[in-house]
Amino acid sequence: MTVTQARNVVPPLMNILKFKGLPILQQLHLEERLFRSSSDNWCIINDGTNAPTIVMGVSGKPSELLELKPVLQDKVPVVGRFTGGGTVIVDPGTIFVTFICNKDAVPNVEPYPRPIMSWSGLIYEDVFRGIGDFHLRENDYVFGNRKFGGNAQSISKKRWIHHTSFLWDYDIRNMAYLKVPRRAPEYRSARSHVEFVCHMKDYLSIPDFIGRTVKVVGTHFSLRPMQFEEVNIHAKTSFDHSSRLLTDTELEAALVSQKSLYREDTGSSQV
Amino acid sequence: MALRMWASSTVNALRISCCAKASFAPPFVLTRCFSSVLDGLKYDASHEWVKHEGPVATIGITDHAQDHLGEVVFVELPEPGGSVAKGGGFGAVESVKATSDVNSPISGKVIEVNSKLTESPGLINSSPYGDGWMIKVKPSNPSELDSLMGPKEYTKFCEEEDAAH
Repeated sequence: MTVTQARNVVPPLMNILKFKGLPILQQLHLEERLFRSSSDNWCIINDGTNAPTIVMGVSGKPSELLELKPVLQDKVPVVGRFTGGGTVIVDPGTIFVTFICNKDAVPNVEPYPRPIMSWSGLIYEDVFRGIGDFHLRENDYVFGNRKFGGNAQSISKKRWIHHTSFLWDYDIRNMAYLKVPRRAPEYRSARSHVEFVCHMKDYLSIPDFIGRTVKVVGTHFSLRPMQFEEVNIHAKTSFDHSSRLLTDTELEAALVSQKSLYREDTGSSQV
Repeated sequence: MALRMWASSTVNALRISCCAKASFAPPFVLTRCFSSVLDGLKYDASHEWVKHEGPVATIGITDHAQDHLGEVVFVELPEPGGSVAKGGGFGAVESVKATSDVNSPISGKVIEVNSKLTESPGLINSSPYGDGWMIKVKPSNPSELDSLMGPKEYTKFCEEEDAAH
């Protein structure tokens, strides 16, 4: 075996960080910092976030995506994240799994959205093998035709991040804060949130899911468990994040815009 | 400068992305299932193009890039007056579920951005070398253009990149 062949046999190193209840904004800040200023590969697993929070993709407009009156009335925090994709409401029943990779660490995967999405689909096919009718459907993870995992990515010259929010459990009432998006996958077929999504808890337990995920990832990478305190050795300590909490002023302005759009569409002044 | 279109020849059509969609008048011939590469432009390895005309350089992403990215739904551009550095990011495009950085092939000062992309981000898909241009720059070091790829080199680069995956 040549040196090159031997090198190819050794899987690349991936640091793995595990959290429970880390606030989603803090998680996004950590991920963006690692994505932009670390040269290592990372897997981050967060079992639940501390409080219900709406998280929009980079181009998300609150006036188009949110039922702003109840959002403001109930003081639900709204975060804009640095990755693309749609809007979710996350809470303690959401499990997050994130991969941050150097493109050279997964050389058979072109650093574009669809190949990365396909690669992730293969990972989770192994995770959910024998459990439910798992598929990557368009850009979602589904059991059958019901979504339980949503994805988003950011791609730079040499690295990419692919992160997923899994609906292990959710409060149906929280779905009322989200409008049915104008841009939706075809397989959604105009279903309401409640008819479109399903609970991962109906299929497996949290320890089982995390255990299976770590095991599968460990077949592709050489995993190095890491503590949060060690992260500063591997990434810049101060970083200009783009993920942020939207202010009440911004949300109120969006509500005004939403009301005037409604008036234009319906001729009514009632939202 | 007249532009001639190169079809990327000897490409495995199954690997290279489909259907050049550049909106140019005849006599250009569009070849199905090849990414288009234009003569008269320079290219960098992260799939941006630059057209240098006198004191101004126009920059965008290539047909190969737009095809691999998918439908562009949002474009983030810098403010005019700012600086760009060779190889540095100046903006991003959102497609599918991803934001993808866009990098400048040359250094200089941003003198204009394509405001049409706010309402019509899909111009990057339909006309990557035409109406989908992203920024215009006053180059600070025109010799940087010499290190970029010409059309033949870039075509070969795309073929090799796609063949490797």
